[in-house]
Amino acid sequence: MTSAVTQYRAQADEAQTDRTMLGRLRPRRNPWRHPWFLEGFTWLYLIWSLVPVALAILFSFNNGKSQSVWQGFSWRWYFQDPVNSVLHNPDLHAAVVQTLRLSLYVTLITVPLGVAFALGIHRWRGSVALSANFVMILSFVIPELIFGVALFFVFTKLFTGVGLGSLAEVLALVTWNVSWPALIVQARLTTIGRQYEEAAADLGATPGQVIYRVMIRMLTPAIFASVILVFSGVIDDFVLVDLLSSNSSNTPMSVYIYSQQRGGNGGPALNALGTIMLVMSFVAVIIGYLGYRWLTRGERGSRIDALTTIAGEG
Amino acid sequence: MTEPSRGLRQHRLFWVALAAPGIIWLALLFIVPFYAILAIAGGQLDLFGNPVAVWNPLHWSSANFTAAWRDVTGASAFVGPIILRTLVYVALASLISLLIAYPAAYFVARFAGRRKALFLILLIAPFWISYMMRMLAWIDLLQTDGYVNKALTGMHLISQPVDWLGGLGFTVVLGLVYGYIPYLIIVLYAGLDRIDPALIEAGRDLGLGRVRTFVRVTLPLSRQAILTGMLITVLPMLGDYFTNQLLSGTTGTTMFGNVIDDQLTSSGGVLEGQGAVFSLLFLLVLIAPMIYYVVATNRSSRSAT
Repeated sequence: MTSAVTQYRAQADEAQTDRTMLGRLRPRRNPWRHPWFLEGFTWLYLIWSLVPVALAILFSFNNGKSQSVWQGFSWRWYFQDPVNSVLHNPDLHAAVVQTLRLSLYVTLITVPLGVAFALGIHRWRGSVALSANFVMILSFVIPELIFGVALFFVFTKLFTGVGLGSLAEVLALVTWNVSWPALIVQARLTTIGRQYEEAAADLGATPGQVIYRVMIRMLTPAIFASVILVFSGVIDDFVLVDLLSSNSSNTPMSVYIYSQQRGGNGGPALNALGTIMLVMSFVAVIIGYLGYRWLTRGERGSRIDALTTIAGEG
Repeated sequence: MTEPSRGLRQHRLFWVALAAPGIIWLALLFIVPFYAILAIAGGQLDLFGNPVAVWNPLHWSSANFTAAWRDVTGASAFVGPIILRTLVYVALASLISLLIAYPAAYFVARFAGRRKALFLILLIAPFWISYMMRMLAWIDLLQTDGYVNKALTGMHLISQPVDWLGGLGFTVVLGLVYGYIPYLIIVLYAGLDRIDPALIEAGRDLGLGRVRTFVRVTLPLSRQAILTGMLITVLPMLGDYFTNQLLSGTTGTTMFGNVIDDQLTSSGGVLEGQGAVFSLLFLLVLIAPMIYYVVATNRSSRSAT
């Protein structure tokens, strides 16, 4: 026992001398130098993550059927080809319309539902409220496949009036996305604190007036950020709509790309469809970023906060 | 109006009414669906072999459970190797993701300086590019006459073009990494960015080198972000059934999600009961990490108060 301790001490002393000797032999490098290796690594990562997508966009303008041999620029797969372009192929066309419709409907339902939920839960604070909040966060992290299977059964066996199709897709996507506004608004409510609404209430405002005159205005940036997250989240969603769509009239873009590519019918028209999805998301995000910056003007915080908030972290 | 905020307390019903639509919605479309899985899993087969939901727990049968058990252990068992493969793929993919995402997130959070906004935009751009578009991008690159083969033959690293999309597990694992890394990187960035730089400076001032400051200060402080980030990528990866279909499409790379998906969509309804059993099994295995995530989220939102 004692010998072990002495031995350990001896080792520690040795290590200490080693370290001081090393320190004396080698001049210490500047600890605040720029980490060029890390920066290089980060650039490599960024190239790896973005260049393939850039090439896929490029090939959506390919004047030929190949997805790997460049045959010149054309709008063929967007609108020039009379049969297989996004504009003229009814299935491709329907997929774009369905994605837009879903994004619009789901955003319109989800955001008010989630905001009201967050406001109510935040002030109610009963055990029911706590468990409801638990379930809401659970819906944020549950694997989408399990949730999709559960809804598939509910819509085909229990609420058979719903069945598969657009209505099932909207109901599913609202449930799946409602945690975005709920979580973001709750976080914002915590940051704001209670003093403003208490002041308003002391001045005689009813809860309705507190919500309408004070809270909604202070929550506008958070609500705005959730609109963007839900809208672009629905565009990108795949698993739920794949399980709940039933025919080509209610198949959105992501499912269309998957089923065609998997069925061996890939081609630049799919790249064109993917590019349209990407443009839709980016337009939403750019509007979101500029709008968020405008709404939070005069507040402390920066471009970087705006970016992380509309990415769902902030 | 004598007591401050008495009005708010009186109107407790108002807050309940405000939360009610969301609660009812979640109850009907989140809780009830899980009961539906149970009802199908415990249900019976009709004369044609189609599953019938049984809503009363007292009448549940074990037919689907024994059928599913036979898939795992019986003479015609096929699920065991698939589960093993899923675990290996997901373990590899999440480990590779962490090894790539952490340094990049660390650099942007700590060293990007004035170019932080630029780096951040590039870092989170894939988050808004649809998963399918990003898979299409790799399908283009990995074609037999695609750019990956061209580059590799051009550098004389391979003599024959490789059939990357012909059923290679390697391609599927890299596909998973590429598909899910944006979600991980955002969580890691947010976690690393929240670390007070003063703590790191203190480490330096007390004589730690760059590497040891990282190991002793930064890494322990980012443990929470690593855990939640891994959860948020591993959970969906385990249920992934489309990445392997797009990048290989052969039975040699089938994952657990494909079993459930096939039983639901390609069996004409006959195997739906077993699909329900497998979904339940999947849920049971994942319930612990999910609850951990919920508790961690709750704790961090409360500590912000």
